[in-house]
Amino acid sequence: MTVITTPKAAPANEVEKDASMVKQKEMMAAHYDRLTSAPETGEKVASTFVPGNLNELIMCFDLVNNLPEVNAIQNGLRRQSGAYVLEAEKIGHSEDVCTYVKSDIGMMAKGNLAPNGKKFPSPDVLLLSYTGCFTFMKWFELLREQYQCETIMLHTPYMGDGKITKNMIEYMVKQLKEEVIPKLERISGVKFDIDRLREYLKKSAMAEDDLVRVLQSAKSKPAPIDAYFGGIYYIGPIFGAFRGTDDAIAYYRFLRAEVDERLAQGKGPVTPDGDMGKEKYRLVVEGPPNYTNFRQFWKMFYDEGAVVVASSYTKVGGVYDLGFRHDPAKPLETLAEYCLGVYTNRSLPMRIDMLASYVKDYDADGLLINSIKSCNSFSAGQLLIMREVEKRTGKPAAFIESDLVDPRYFSAANIKNRLESYFQMIEQKRAGALAAA
Amino acid sequence: MAASLNGHAPAAIVARAQALFDDLSFASARAWKAKAPDRKVIGYMPIYVPRELIHAAGFLPLGILGGGDQLEVIHGDAYYQSYICRIPRSTVELGVSGRLDFVDGMLFPSICDVIRNLSGMWKTMFPNVYVRYFDVPQNYRDDIGGNYYINELAELRHDLEGLRGKPITDEELRGSIAVYNENRRLVRDLYALRARSPWLAPAPEAYLVLRAGLVLPVEEHSQMIRDYLAAATQEERPRRDNCRIVLTGVFCEQPPLNLIRSLELAGCYIVDDDLLLVTRWLTADVPTEGDPLQNLALAFLHHSESTAAKYEPDLKEKGQHLVHAVRRSNAEGVIFACPSFCDPALLERPMLQHVLKNAEIPYIAFKYAENSGQMQPIREQAGTFSDSIKLWSGR
Repeated sequence: MTVITTPKAAPANEVEKDASMVKQKEMMAAHYDRLTSAPETGEKVASTFVPGNLNELIMCFDLVNNLPEVNAIQNGLRRQSGAYVLEAEKIGHSEDVCTYVKSDIGMMAKGNLAPNGKKFPSPDVLLLSYTGCFTFMKWFELLREQYQCETIMLHTPYMGDGKITKNMIEYMVKQLKEEVIPKLERISGVKFDIDRLREYLKKSAMAEDDLVRVLQSAKSKPAPIDAYFGGIYYIGPIFGAFRGTDDAIAYYRFLRAEVDERLAQGKGPVTPDGDMGKEKYRLVVEGPPNYTNFRQFWKMFYDEGAVVVASSYTKVGGVYDLGFRHDPAKPLETLAEYCLGVYTNRSLPMRIDMLASYVKDYDADGLLINSIKSCNSFSAGQLLIMREVEKRTGKPAAFIESDLVDPRYFSAANIKNRLESYFQMIEQKRAGALAAA
Repeated sequence: MAASLNGHAPAAIVARAQALFDDLSFASARAWKAKAPDRKVIGYMPIYVPRELIHAAGFLPLGILGGGDQLEVIHGDAYYQSYICRIPRSTVELGVSGRLDFVDGMLFPSICDVIRNLSGMWKTMFPNVYVRYFDVPQNYRDDIGGNYYINELAELRHDLEGLRGKPITDEELRGSIAVYNENRRLVRDLYALRARSPWLAPAPEAYLVLRAGLVLPVEEHSQMIRDYLAAATQEERPRRDNCRIVLTGVFCEQPPLNLIRSLELAGCYIVDDDLLLVTRWLTADVPTEGDPLQNLALAFLHHSESTAAKYEPDLKEKGQHLVHAVRRSNAEGVIFACPSFCDPALLERPMLQHVLKNAEIPYIAFKYAENSGQMQPIREQAGTFSDSIKLWSGR
């Protein structure tokens, strides 16, 4: 029998958090309390996914949004996911497949406890927004088998040709009108009110404006934020259960003010060890992070003075920096456009274009890919992406490998070695450029 | 006109199919294309594309199923991490090594994230080739998924018309539907023969004959099946004391031929499977009257195979196709053979196994890659499974 022993986190120094992080933590805690209190409060629960998350629509039916990926992330950060993954493998799930899924299934098998220690309620509905990831479909079929609850499929076509067609929009709007909304009405007992949806969408757009401003602040030198490790905190509310709420508007306004202030003071990002030192390397990162060793992973960057100025992972729940905003004037079409446009629903050439633009627009030193063992949606094709971005930008690229929430695939020494080599490569490139000048 | 091998022993037909299978430079498809300047070849990957549209354009649909166990992958591995399945890397190898340089277009069906992303890689790597990610609906209502699919088919038709330089008429499409209906009927006959008398059409032979349909013009392939059926039913062959199993999970990356052979040698007649689903994806004849695109769409929605790449809206129906396959073919067990790192097959497997358990159908499971060389463990596992079925099933 394989036994995984995950080292307990070191009796850590007090982690530095900026005020927005504290605020977000409170929001998340309140949400988990609301979710786990659902059996007492009588609120109904809809489970759904981050890419293609229709939070505004879910709120129209007074449903509470539960996101299994976010739960898996929480379990990764709390170092519980390793045991959950093993539990899922013990009951027949392949070692080869997505560890988010296995963390979720294993968590259910071991009591289904939320981060607040209380039991997750069974969902009243699985809203399968099949957007940008094939595994989602199987994941919710697996959950449906466990929970025996109703499942609503919203199929988002893939942007294989790099464009959103009329046929795609009509297909999605029709699914929303004739399948998703009537079923949500029936399950929730709440009648759909399109004006209520418009109101939420208006609020979404306001928060999205501020999020974009925050993400784009990293174009400055030094970057006042880290758009990958810090960015994961920034996207939390808008990718989760808060898009379309007043809480999200308040959070992003607050965050924006905080970042503007750092910008005005010429400060770099806040790291868990306090303000980052001198910015030496500016990177664009493609791919999700590792969560089981998140802080250790981040430290490998800021210890070297490396800041991530743009990342693709912070676009999985919506690509706002290229101009999309939820539009209350066309409520259902805008939900369709949102789903179609999320990062993992974009074709590989679109992803290459986007990353190459980030390298140029953010004046980055290069592209780093963190390739995730169990996420084929991201990972398949990344080696080609790396070569193409390198070719187009003339900037060096590098490749590291880890996993989302499976600690077996995080090899700190390997990653550190590769990062150090990469930073040396950047130095050499700079020296070469200077010599040529 | 299709060449007839009527009167030949099965061995001669199988030898031809084997030669087509072994030929990784696709000489037969190249020869077909060379016969006329306006001919074009459109490649496609598993699991399903509407080959009728390609045929109606006067083009050859060419199934690309990776490189098998005979292709040395030199370049392809540089495009993929170790935890990605083998079929995309050997397909890339086929592409970058020039083996597909005669292919005018490539269709990448909606099956998984790896094949989906390969569509974008192909666009990037081969900018002069027509490339389309061929999406299909996961909503099965005529007025929702049906309409979407009709429009997708219309877009594909439009693209093929562009390659052809003139429109594809409805009449041409109806003609192609009829030709493929005939081919699917023959494929069903072949499966019926195997279910009835598997010793007359051993799985490796049936596989090769079926696989030939991915490189030959459909008319020629239909003739090949006809000839094989006629020859196989006339030849006496020893009936082994094998158990009867359904093989599942093999719908994309292909198992080595040796694996199929090993299962039968180990005592398991394969009486049904999900190999080469494109040859029988549509389970009933597509009407040849009326709007051909609508007919293809409705056939897809209501008369198509169940597989891991398709959403099953009804929980009660989940996995029942496998139970039906077992009952229909009078099988005694199921072998799950899944390619390593195959998300659809491996994520689906636990659900199917629960269904089989409830239906009291025994099963075993293992993984393979298209280039797996060591068959001994698989043979031992399948042999033990066969023995246990014979010992405990009350036969």
